[in-house]
Amino acid sequence: MSVDTRQRKAERIRHLLETEGDSVHKNTQVFNNGRYESTADLEDYEELKDEARAIKEDAIERLPELVKQVTETVEANGGTVYIADDAADANRYVTEVADGRDVVKSKSMTSEEIEVNESLEASGSDVWETDLAEFVLQVADEAPSHIVAPAIHKSREEIAELFNAYFEPEKPLETAQELTQFAREYLGEKFVDAEVGMTGANFVTADTGTLALVTSEGNARKCVQATDTHVAVAGVEKIIPRVEDLQPFVELIGRSGTGQDITSYVSLFTPPGDSPTFDVDDELGSGDEREFHLVLIDNGRMEMREDDQLRETLYCIRCSACANSCANFQHVGGHAFGGETYSGGIATGWEAGVHGADSAAEFNDLCTGCSRCVNQCPVNIDIPWINTVVRDRINRGKDGDLDFLVKGLTPDEEPGGVDLQKRLFGNFDTLAKLGSAFAPLSNWVAQAGPARSLMERTLGVDSRRELPEFERESLVEWFKNRGPQVDPEEARRQVALYPDAYTNYVRTERGKAAIRVLEALDVRVDVPSAGESGRAPLSQGMVATAQSNAEDVYDALAPAVAAGHDVVVVEPSDLAMFHREYERLLPKDNYTVLKNHSYEVLEYVYGLLENGADINALPDGDDMQIAYHSHCQQRTLNLEPYTLAVLEDCGFDVRTSDVECCGMAGSFGYKSEYYELSIDVGETLVDQFTTENTADRTVVASGTSCLEQLDALLTRRPAHPVRLLDT
Amino acid sequence: MSAEPITTFESSLEEVGVELVRTSTDQFESTLIPLLSTPAVGAPLPFENVSLPDAVETDPGVEELEAAKTGVTAAGYGIAEYGSVIIQGGPDGEEPASLYADEHVAVVAGSDVLPDMDATFDRLAEDIRSDAGQAIIATGPSATADMGALVKGAHGPVEVTVVLLEDR
Repeated sequence: MSVDTRQRKAERIRHLLETEGDSVHKNTQVFNNGRYESTADLEDYEELKDEARAIKEDAIERLPELVKQVTETVEANGGTVYIADDAADANRYVTEVADGRDVVKSKSMTSEEIEVNESLEASGSDVWETDLAEFVLQVADEAPSHIVAPAIHKSREEIAELFNAYFEPEKPLETAQELTQFAREYLGEKFVDAEVGMTGANFVTADTGTLALVTSEGNARKCVQATDTHVAVAGVEKIIPRVEDLQPFVELIGRSGTGQDITSYVSLFTPPGDSPTFDVDDELGSGDEREFHLVLIDNGRMEMREDDQLRETLYCIRCSACANSCANFQHVGGHAFGGETYSGGIATGWEAGVHGADSAAEFNDLCTGCSRCVNQCPVNIDIPWINTVVRDRINRGKDGDLDFLVKGLTPDEEPGGVDLQKRLFGNFDTLAKLGSAFAPLSNWVAQAGPARSLMERTLGVDSRRELPEFERESLVEWFKNRGPQVDPEEARRQVALYPDAYTNYVRTERGKAAIRVLEALDVRVDVPSAGESGRAPLSQGMVATAQSNAEDVYDALAPAVAAGHDVVVVEPSDLAMFHREYERLLPKDNYTVLKNHSYEVLEYVYGLLENGADINALPDGDDMQIAYHSHCQQRTLNLEPYTLAVLEDCGFDVRTSDVECCGMAGSFGYKSEYYELSIDVGETLVDQFTTENTADRTVVASGTSCLEQLDALLTRRPAHPVRLLDT
Repeated sequence: MSAEPITTFESSLEEVGVELVRTSTDQFESTLIPLLSTPAVGAPLPFENVSLPDAVETDPGVEELEAAKTGVTAAGYGIAEYGSVIIQGGPDGEEPASLYADEHVAVVAGSDVLPDMDATFDRLAEDIRSDAGQAIIATGPSATADMGALVKGAHGPVEVTVVLLEDR
């Protein structure tokens, strides 16, 4: 990426942070908190997710058969089915059906994808969006910024200003109530005038030809009832086998999206419907002659189905949980974190599939792989993985003009086209090794003005960030000189402490503390020489390099595991590699054995204490006031409670943050195009740690990135929690 | 009819801002009349010996529909766990009557209050397979947050009341 491109990107993000960030943040917080609350009330939440996932897997597997079945069913019901290959095909069909008549529409992202409004208008139809948010955007001539709440970026004041300028009402509109009432009345006339009602469909059942529409306003119902012709557009992936299959989705979709147990209306239409419709003479006439057209859209989906990596995207029910739980999305919204149509975490899959890699490339880097969305997805899609795979493809899709520049300089497995910035961060292990070997000289040089400005220009490393300082003596070297301290015969357990790249070369003090704490609990610790886990290259979309790193790490740790020892990991993002991504990078047996024997350090301490280790061997917290920020990936693995429990059991008084991510996210916060967004996200964490109740607390955080971010934004110096337990 | 789903139904309805009014076949008309604001529209009720008072227009035009303060329809069944009612629309006009008026009054038989979504979908599947063209799972009034704050009453009713026929 050129300096200019980085600067343009940074400017665009800055602009959106200023103009839309506040509204997006406020609204996504409501959805995000609502989802946590609403799903907590659902006793069988995990089972419902598994059930929903299984239904989608089966449906996509059998999709051609289901398309055939739904076609037969709908036709037997008296409707028509049209399978559209692409957007142009769909638009041609829809405009023929509408035939210049007026159209009222309910909200449908699929109709946004094919841009049907433009086609309809070009053929002489008046088209009205009747979902109030879509109506606002139609008046404002703007694109959706969120797949469920498309005008999430607009405040009430902005909408009032827009309506007052556009409609010039006698009395200026001000409150949300007034704006809603005005829009209802304005669109009320459109319902009466329109002859074609267009809806999307959240689900289509193959056995009965039923459409499920999940809404709250009631406009979709009116679109169907008030018109003579019902046109539903839906992606082919919306088909599920049976009516009964709707149940888990109905229970999950509102909770996962806006945090409501259920939305006001879940409409199950089995068209053509026979509710009385509006006649030309403003009477309610018979609805028996209502026409129904189901337009099923392929537009790349059948190819996605054949793609082992993108297929999962088709399970997506477009609930927006991945957007709402994403720290970057919460701060900048879908106008940055989105492509031509879709926005949020899963949008990378959709955009790559329906619009192509270029559209996905626009925003794909905004996914930092923090994984907070993973447990939120009602169909268990590994959204970070899809982002990683698409990033890898984008990397490889670029021409390899720079091959001559990087050949021999980087030890990775990637083609020459990979952006230099990505390559730098992806090869952090090599960088750290060199930095450590030449420390402190390497640190002085790296921090010096000329070097920083060169790094900013060539690599996009933001000069406002402090660079990590490498230790001259790595943790592995230190341990080699020191040796294990607990006799294996007397040891409660034996562990291999995994020396992740940061703990080994940059923050050796937390590694040493971890070793001493384990030894205090009678654990014999060894520190094998093992390389970087693959997290760094994976985060840059360098999958082949990540895989090669993973294989090396497995080889380095396998002897300890084979000997019955446990693997203890200090850095949560590396433990998350072992527990999540290695499933895709290592042979199944190797993945399973490493996963089953590896633990986060305080999780391990918790286990030791639960199994008879003496807590008195650890220091007494003596009510020391602590503010603790767990790490995003650590929280996804549900490991935050262990740190909290250990600290509290040792007598510390702990408050925790509840932000989704610190905003640093590995290399993300170093990149000059994302620096300001990273800081903006970090400020939300800082706000939580500078309240009356937290401002004087000692700050601890489990992740290296979190520590760097907190260090940059707070005057207090944060540390890893294990250091509190080190005497 | 066991008491438990009804109790749950009532508290779930309360959570979504809907009042449950209990009555019986005999008392239906006298219970309904005070709940009506005129002009009122509605669709004929399917319960034997239960009918709508004359004040309720069952064959409205567009203007009457839009001016209606109350819309009275039957609801096929209720879901105790969610406080939802199922609006089954057809040629009698349940859909417009329940959708355009400011307040929707849904009449449900006590024996049609189902405990949860599982039971509901068993019944829905059966109905849909025997040609019920529409089933709206309606929970509370229509609502929107699209104008910068939560507003009750978007395109549909501002208020919903459920009248329960306890002896049916």
